[in-house]
Amino acid sequence: MAPPSSRRSSYSRRAQYGVFTGYVIAGVGALIGAILLALSLWRPASFNGPRTVAQDAVAPAAEASAEVRAESQNLIEAIRGYLRAGSQNAELKQEVELARIRLAEAEAIKRENARLKALLGLDQQETKPVAVARLIGSSSASARRFAYLGAGSADGVRVGMPVRSPRGVVGRVLEVGRHSSRVLLLTDSQSVLPVRLSDSNVVAYAEGRGDSMLRIRLINLGVNPLEKGDIFVTSGAGGYYRPGTAVAIVAEKTGDGALARIISDPAATDYVAIEEIWQPQAIRAAETPVEQSVADADGA
Amino acid sequence: MERADPRSRRDAYGSRINRAHSPLLAYAVPWTTILFASLLPVFPIASAAPILPPIGLMAMLAWRLVRPGLLPVWAGFPLGMFNDLFSGQPFGSGILLWSLAMIVIEAVETRFPWRSFVQDWLIAVGIVACSIVAAACLSGASLGVPLFAALVPQVLLSLMLYPIIARMVSTLDRFRLLRVRILG
Repeated sequence: MAPPSSRRSSYSRRAQYGVFTGYVIAGVGALIGAILLALSLWRPASFNGPRTVAQDAVAPAAEASAEVRAESQNLIEAIRGYLRAGSQNAELKQEVELARIRLAEAEAIKRENARLKALLGLDQQETKPVAVARLIGSSSASARRFAYLGAGSADGVRVGMPVRSPRGVVGRVLEVGRHSSRVLLLTDSQSVLPVRLSDSNVVAYAEGRGDSMLRIRLINLGVNPLEKGDIFVTSGAGGYYRPGTAVAIVAEKTGDGALARIISDPAATDYVAIEEIWQPQAIRAAETPVEQSVADADGA
Repeated sequence: MERADPRSRRDAYGSRINRAHSPLLAYAVPWTTILFASLLPVFPIASAAPILPPIGLMAMLAWRLVRPGLLPVWAGFPLGMFNDLFSGQPFGSGILLWSLAMIVIEAVETRFPWRSFVQDWLIAVGIVACSIVAAACLSGASLGVPLFAALVPQVLLSLMLYPIIARMVSTLDRFRLLRVRILG
């Protein structure tokens, strides 16, 4: 049998009008889609309302699936651990030896650091995270890289706050619902992060490429000092991220910098911490128009 | 008669005595399964690169191709709108692309009314591949070679996934027409 829609819609006027109306509605639908798309590309925040409500609605289910995911990852890790136990044991013993030595060195450096800080009159300020939550999902079918968090405005999360895992930076909060929020991951092609080399003062920008790698672009061009395995940390420029958090590890050198792998891969991340914006004043100042003084903007 | 053939009063959808197709089941199953499929890519993994195929779109195409005449031409509009809420794409891209997909299938069907499964497969994968590339272009991401290279695995995965989804849809289609007991 030929599919029903390929048959002629008979001589019945009613049936003919029905088919025709279907096409008209489909065409109008596509047109409305194009208009909405143009609108949301022009003003990306236009449809945040319905989206956050929808996200909040599926957050509990996503939370449960995140738990299952973490559990199953642990199981696989455990099995893999048994298979490689012998050789790993020897390797780990060697590593512990080295780590002990490094630990002693670090202890000395820590003491010296404390002494120097006391000398300068800086007090040690530990920041407590605003909230700790699971990464409950991501837009894994889209070319944009967003992740969803199981914490929202009810937990004190605000737009712009940095998100980090125990390993390093994950991204920045983009949109906040009541019990969930959307995070711009570092690998998104719209994400730019000021970074510096962990052991020297080479500063650069880490831009997402959209394919799980970051492009490191050095600010001072000249001789490219980077080497494979170099680690980049946040520099604190821009005011969002606290300096010294691990970001990426260089995988390949290029002409103007390097290609780097992110250290805190969201796929391997379970819990993340949402931190306060490091320097809110600096961001407010940067957002204030040039014609207006920052003090006025604060007063208003 | 029962003794001669125990299945004499049954058909593929169950016993025919005192049982009939449920209109609720018959109409709700395709729509709810497509909505559920649009939600799926959010759950399994928080990945650093786009890897999962657009399962919602593929479910809609599979319903349209496996059981023609069930989804109206304009079905892409509401279903795409729902998908936009979760896909991370700018709002409107799903509405546009899904509506276009339905119109394209309609056009293909007037041209080729008699098709085999392989042709349906090619049509679905062609539409999905085009929509993945178009969605990447319309996503507001800054376009570059690495971004498009990252889409290739996604397209290949959807190529392999379509037969599975089509098979699941045909199972669901049998469930859709299941005979249930008439009350009263």
